[in-house]
Amino acid sequence: MTAQGGPDATSRGGPASLPGSRAQRRRDERTSALRSTLVAFLSTFVVFGVLVYIVVNSPGWPAVQASFFAPDIFWSSLPGIVAAFLVNIQLFLISEVLILALALVLAVARSSTAPVLFPVRLMATVYVDIFRALPGVLVIYILGFGIPGLNLPGVPTDPFLYAIVALTLIYSAYVSEVYRAGIASIHPSQTAAARSLGLSQPQALRYVVLPQAIRRVVPPLLNDFIGLQKDTVLVSYIGVVEIFRQSQIVEAGTFNFTPYLATALVFLVVTIPLARFTDWLVARQARRGGGASGAASQVASALGRSRGGQAAP
Amino acid sequence: MTGSAAAALQVEGLWKSFGPLDVLQGIDLEVAEHEVIALIGASGSGKSTLLRCINLLETIDEGRIFIEGEEITAKGVNVDRIRRRVGIVFQSFNLFPHMRVIDNVTLGPRKVLKRPASDAEADAMRLLERFGLAEKAGQLPDRLSGGQQQRVAIVRALAMQPDLLLLDEVTSALDPELVAEVLNVIRELAAGGMTMLIATHEMGFARDIANRVCFLDAGRILEQGPPAQIFAEPREARTRQFLTRIIEAGRL
Repeated sequence: MTAQGGPDATSRGGPASLPGSRAQRRRDERTSALRSTLVAFLSTFVVFGVLVYIVVNSPGWPAVQASFFAPDIFWSSLPGIVAAFLVNIQLFLISEVLILALALVLAVARSSTAPVLFPVRLMATVYVDIFRALPGVLVIYILGFGIPGLNLPGVPTDPFLYAIVALTLIYSAYVSEVYRAGIASIHPSQTAAARSLGLSQPQALRYVVLPQAIRRVVPPLLNDFIGLQKDTVLVSYIGVVEIFRQSQIVEAGTFNFTPYLATALVFLVVTIPLARFTDWLVARQARRGGGASGAASQVASALGRSRGGQAAP
Repeated sequence: MTGSAAAALQVEGLWKSFGPLDVLQGIDLEVAEHEVIALIGASGSGKSTLLRCINLLETIDEGRIFIEGEEITAKGVNVDRIRRRVGIVFQSFNLFPHMRVIDNVTLGPRKVLKRPASDAEADAMRLLERFGLAEKAGQLPDRLSGGQQQRVAIVRALAMQPDLLLLDEVTSALDPELVAEVLNVIRELAAGGMTMLIATHEMGFARDIANRVCFLDAGRILEQGPPAQIFAEPREARTRQFLTRIIEAGRL
């Protein structure tokens, strides 16, 4: 292979026609990459083509097409559906803030070790057990119909309020477990280092453990919030007119299911980018080592947290 | 070395077990102010546990520990107040990875000593400068080499102005070429009169720096004395055996 005399013969500038030369290998690689792309394209085309053919030629297709794919109903219902989606966004944003706060309190309570805090630990544990065990729809039903149904003076009846409370109660239980896993993942040597400087246990938690734990669980937290975003439709059961309720209203008026397709599209448009962002964040953490320090600082910088220069206050 | 004043550190009959394993079996040790003590011995002989007990990171089973005459193992003692006076540096650095170097160093002074941030930072910068780390102040720990990280950990402990500094195999996790920079820092601290208790596998360093060397074996201080005596003519067979192995491994 490298029989040619000069030192250059074996290096980058070697004869391009020689088998095993850099140029020859490049050509081979390009050819095989082109072939792979072509094969992938063809197989995708064939598979989807067959699927579409089966669906379009099924006996019920004309009926399904009429009731799910009616362009006029799609366009006429879309503005109302998008407007109703603003209610979902409100539900999502308000309960997300409440969930983040309540879940953190629950996680810290469950992670405490002091004997005097046993009752707090017990309550937090029971809370998490209950709200993770109950189907979300039941909690929404019980709160949304049960509490206003008591007819107590001064108790609000706005279903939007109970929707927020129910979503917060349900999701706090899940999110607190995510936080708790984050807290548990911080090596005890971090707490030891903090305590050895004279920091109290709460100070060590506040300044050393929690900041690292929270940065580490940002991707799973985002994952839970994708779930929350979708579960906002559940509150339609207690009469909040949000996107799903809105599409039901249109459906009831037109006897056509196209509004549901529009709703599905709205969720896809909003949720897929968020899911991609989460995946990107996870991949980024993994790529850069994913160690304790690595993950923490990357998530911090990914979230746009700027770092000052030299010894800035 | 025991003058009329109370010793910087006094350990009396200290026992500590983890489950069925007695890690410390009656340690007696007295350290005078400005004294540098090297703790040597095989892994598992109890060096690290002894240091962690002195910093109250472990509860003890039996015995008493005094710092400048005050019993720190007494019931109801405020452990956070004790820890301010005793600094510890760990084998694995244990810097806070989410904080810049300067914030690692000033966390204790700011949150425990309640010093204003500007004062704490000025002092921290002086310390970082003294150990050649000034330009690293704004960086996160994982941008630093192991030797630099360990020097930051030492500065972090010093920032609390401890009366006593405990060093737990601080060079064991470092690449060989990074060991010297950390040892030089410790030498400088010894020259400055810092009272130190150093668990180490660096026998040459122990011989150079220590006023006294304690050989730990199975949770007891089997033999102690000036480095010249311990390394040249150890009295105990176990000490001789340990040192022979070290010499065979080319570490002395």
